[in-house]
Amino acid sequence: MKYAYYPGCSSHSTARDMHESAAAVARALGIELVEIDGWSCCGATAAHQTDRVLAASLPASNLLLAKQMGLDTVVTCAACYSRMKAANHEVSTSPDMHKKVADTVGRPYDGSVAVRHLVEVLLEDVGIEKLRKSFVQSLGGLKVASYYGCLLVRPHNVTNFDDAENPTSLDRLVEAMGGHSVDWPCKVDCCGGGLNLTRTDMVVKLSGSIIDMAAAAGADCIAVACPMCQASLDLRQSDMHKKSGRRYQMPILYVTQLLGLCLGISPKELGFNRLMVPAFSVLHSLSAKGSL
Amino acid sequence: MTIKIGKAKPGTGLKPVVEEMSGVNLNLCYQCRKCSAGCPVAGVAESAPSEVIRRLHLGAGNELLESKLVWMCLSCETCYGRCPMQINFAAVIDALRSLSIARGTRAPRGNMPLFNRMFLENVRIFGRSYDLSMIAGYKLGSGKLMDDAEKFPSMLMKGKMAILPPSGADKKAVRRIFGRAGKKGAKTR
Repeated sequence: MKYAYYPGCSSHSTARDMHESAAAVARALGIELVEIDGWSCCGATAAHQTDRVLAASLPASNLLLAKQMGLDTVVTCAACYSRMKAANHEVSTSPDMHKKVADTVGRPYDGSVAVRHLVEVLLEDVGIEKLRKSFVQSLGGLKVASYYGCLLVRPHNVTNFDDAENPTSLDRLVEAMGGHSVDWPCKVDCCGGGLNLTRTDMVVKLSGSIIDMAAAAGADCIAVACPMCQASLDLRQSDMHKKSGRRYQMPILYVTQLLGLCLGISPKELGFNRLMVPAFSVLHSLSAKGSL
Repeated sequence: MTIKIGKAKPGTGLKPVVEEMSGVNLNLCYQCRKCSAGCPVAGVAESAPSEVIRRLHLGAGNELLESKLVWMCLSCETCYGRCPMQINFAAVIDALRSLSIARGTRAPRGNMPLFNRMFLENVRIFGRSYDLSMIAGYKLGSGKLMDDAEKFPSMLMKGKMAILPPSGADKKAVRRIFGRAGKKGAKTR
């Protein structure tokens, strides 16, 4: 299993733990991630809010680099995933956009490079059975709320990720790890991430209600697959406390951090020391495989 | 709430230009309001997606660009995901944002256009996002200097904020894209 790997800008900044845990898990499972040489920013929210051609051209230039490698592109950031899938959609469904992007990038791009989230690779290419066999530890019945947010599942005709209203990819991984995936209603709600710096009040409101719902459903932690969701839910708990006076202590973990623990990788290597809300409770619930 | 709509001058309505920019046919909307029911910011933004579409139908002009929803929209795409006519309202909002920048509409609370400009300017220079520089630029421009100041030391300690600028991107390719895309991201204000 060999893929072109697009780490995305956050992997060197706010989401180093996402990058570290993804790389460690891939290594442990024999997934070869070859970083795209010279990759650049996908443009994220700022580009698509500013100019449609710019928004499609920045991902397209990266996908052209991946095309030369002849490999599927694997992404760990849900925002990069969304922008790359959107670019593929734009150039392959609109001849006008195809032309404009070709003029902007300097080479034509046909939208043919497959873009996949690491979670899809884990479920579809590695498979639950192989994962189960590779685990050396169990989550020991830890109650996990799987949170997908917006960018993986919407718009569904563009991303094609799982189900738009009730995805179960992360839940299946949690169950395979010996965790208990809680039933809760906020799986695909928005954390407000796009307004993190500009309208922090909205992020505190939206992310606060997501954490409240996870806590009400009995979750010990929330599993995510998006660095913007992780930042909103983890970093903003201190602001939620300031606003409501209630204490928030909900660990927000990348699903790859949980997978890494079950694969026997050390918490430090998985970036646990970088979390704002510590995850001691998660580490304490780990048990030897098969002891459940 | 009551929406007041003045008598539109013929030819000043935004609908045709929004449709052209977004590639969306707004005539497909029959006001079922599913979009508004699922919108996480409609309540706070004081205007809902279906209402913005209706105002476009009725000939709304530049005054629509002052709607709070234009810059409060999270691009979560719940509206698009649930629309029975598959109207891409997120693309409509993106078109309204581009128009709002091009026509010099007053900056909204939180100044998202400034944030976007800082973000894209850093991408244009470094080829990748340089959070420290982007945030500094946004804070200086918006005057929100002390916001989140208490988080900064722990983010640095935990390695969640890189001090040095990113390296490794094909900067030439990125600059070419920005140059050809009309420098809209870097130059508009």
